[in-house]
Amino acid sequence: MQQIIKWSRENLFATRMNTLLSLVSLWLIYVTIEGVVSWAFINASFLGADKSSCMVRPHGACWPFVTAKFNQFIYGNYPAAEQWRVNIVFVLGALGLGLLMAGRINFKKQLAVLMLTAYPVLTFILLSGGLLGLSYVETNQWGGLLVTLVIAVTGIVVSLPLGILLALGRRSELPIIRMMSIAFIEFWRGVPLITVLFMASVMLPLFLPEGMNFDALLRCLIGVSLFASAYMAEVIRGGLQAIPKGQYEAGKSIGLSYWKSMRLIILPQALVISIPGIVNTFIGLFKDTTLVMIVGIFDLLGIISFHFTDPNWTSPQVPITGFVFAGLVFWVFCFAMSHYSKSVERRFSVKGVNK
Amino acid sequence: MVAAFIGLIWWLVDNTVANLARQNVATGFGFLDNNTGFDINQKLIAYDETSSYQRLLLVGLLNTAIVSVLGILFATLIGFMVGLARLSDNWLVSKLAFIYVEIFRNLPLLIQILFWYVLLIEILPHPKKSFGLWEVFFLNNRGLYLPWFSTLPGGGYLLWVIGLFGAGCFYVARKARNMRELTGQTKAYVRNYILIGVICLGGYLSLWGVPFEANLPALKGFNFRGGLSFTPEFVALLVALSLYTASFIAEIVRAGVLSVSKGQFEAAKALGLPSSVAMNKVIIPQAMRVIIPPLTSQYLNLTKNSSLAAAIAYPELVSVFAGTALNQTGQAVEIIFITMSIYLFLSLLTSFLMNTYNARVTLVEK
Repeated sequence: MQQIIKWSRENLFATRMNTLLSLVSLWLIYVTIEGVVSWAFINASFLGADKSSCMVRPHGACWPFVTAKFNQFIYGNYPAAEQWRVNIVFVLGALGLGLLMAGRINFKKQLAVLMLTAYPVLTFILLSGGLLGLSYVETNQWGGLLVTLVIAVTGIVVSLPLGILLALGRRSELPIIRMMSIAFIEFWRGVPLITVLFMASVMLPLFLPEGMNFDALLRCLIGVSLFASAYMAEVIRGGLQAIPKGQYEAGKSIGLSYWKSMRLIILPQALVISIPGIVNTFIGLFKDTTLVMIVGIFDLLGIISFHFTDPNWTSPQVPITGFVFAGLVFWVFCFAMSHYSKSVERRFSVKGVNK
Repeated sequence: MVAAFIGLIWWLVDNTVANLARQNVATGFGFLDNNTGFDINQKLIAYDETSSYQRLLLVGLLNTAIVSVLGILFATLIGFMVGLARLSDNWLVSKLAFIYVEIFRNLPLLIQILFWYVLLIEILPHPKKSFGLWEVFFLNNRGLYLPWFSTLPGGGYLLWVIGLFGAGCFYVARKARNMRELTGQTKAYVRNYILIGVICLGGYLSLWGVPFEANLPALKGFNFRGGLSFTPEFVALLVALSLYTASFIAEIVRAGVLSVSKGQFEAAKALGLPSSVAMNKVIIPQAMRVIIPPLTSQYLNLTKNSSLAAAIAYPELVSVFAGTALNQTGQAVEIIFITMSIYLFLSLLTSFLMNTYNARVTLVEK
């Protein structure tokens, strides 16, 4: 008890100004927590098959909306009988990522390569079907968290190698390659993603010959991936610039070809340095996936907003509850990623000191 | 490889021309002179359904500009406050700032915009039951209403008088600085500023009198008229953009202050400077060198992010021009080209200015 008093004296009430600030903060905390708790729990309705229970309690969250539509929020209109395929994809992805982040395991490199190559292929076969006796599921039936994750993972898997190539291109000695890389990177970084998505949904069909048609999800995937690649390229370029010149010269002096010296000497170091930046780009990409809703793709946010129009659920609290739920899901993913990136940063900075 | 690239471009252009020809869409920018045939609910310049698409583009651009400028202002204020709070000795204050940053940075901006929007639309009362403050500020689900003024004849001259005042202050400040550099004495020049102000204001009032009258919002019919009004779309977008960008600015400010070496704090303390003076005169100026480049790119991000307004139909550049106008005219290529060019121009201009600034700062350092 004595320690608590001593601690709060030093940290909270050291000066008159500090005391005032502490009291204001305490008041802010109280108001926020009180508001959140009474909205989310005390005044909220938890059970019910339609809006009726939410209409009775107009000042609190309408959780039955979330529980009733939960399946939709995760899978969209994916046929119920086939949802096990989505589950396999989810479990495999979580397992792979978990093992990768867990730290020391023997086959980490091989696993990472598998996750970047075999996993996307397997995911595509499982989700889309039409092969190996799996029934074909059109992409316009995909929805919810599934689509959000598909866009995010595709963006990550495509933007990493493409970003590396662009970063190398921007530092290339061949002027044409350099100019093209710079133009590509600056173009995508200069325009808002939403205009890119508009372009993908109204202009891409114009660019292609008659009869050749992309589905809407694929168009968004292309737009998001190219957009993310440009940002990834700049992060990796930062990593490349941080590698001392001696490393490049060392590669040359032992007679390695350009690609070999990049693959064996430069990139392994540059990528490790850029991990925090890469994860930050992933977080940005993950948050940006919500924009596909504006061009009519039913990602998690899109499908939640779509269900606000359900006549069984038109109550003032339903949209607020829906957005809070969506926010929670996105927040958990983004917070986990940023936490992971911080821990990696700490691990490497400790290594640097020990050297 | 170059040949393949050129071939690809040629193939795309060829397809586009063929497709456009098939859809009977006239190419070119001629459509910009046509009437739009629709009105929009927030315009800073005269616009109605008989105006041209050119005018519409300008209206959208101005709406983007106003929300961006105000957003940048608020985001900077909140961001600096939170960033400095994060470094506070007070444990509670710094933890609160930390929580703020972690919450707002990790939530997609689109969700934040939609959340504030439904909050305004669904929770706020109808105009007849508005929240009022002192009978001049009103908030309801149609928007936010503030008192404003309207100019009477002679009001236009005020700008000139303000300019005159600014020039006078500039002259006095320069003179005071020269004096200080020459003799080391600081004159009480604040007194001179006030003197100039009084002369300007007095001259103006005696010539034209008070050329303004208060324009207060008042309930007429179903909604408020008069005063300065903001639509819920605008308020939601502004709040979301400011809070979201502020969380990034807070981190930038924190990193900037931490980059100033500890010796500088100690030196300022050793000189006996109070901590507020030490912060304003010693730490912040040095931190600014680290803060400004990423801060500028956040400003640019905010401007680009204002395009998310398309989701709540705030009539800015993307939603009104690349959205409504595109659907009406079908001129996809031209409209997307114009929209992207505007953002691209802004972004290239910013990075050019930043590069110039960086070059200057590094020179000074050496």
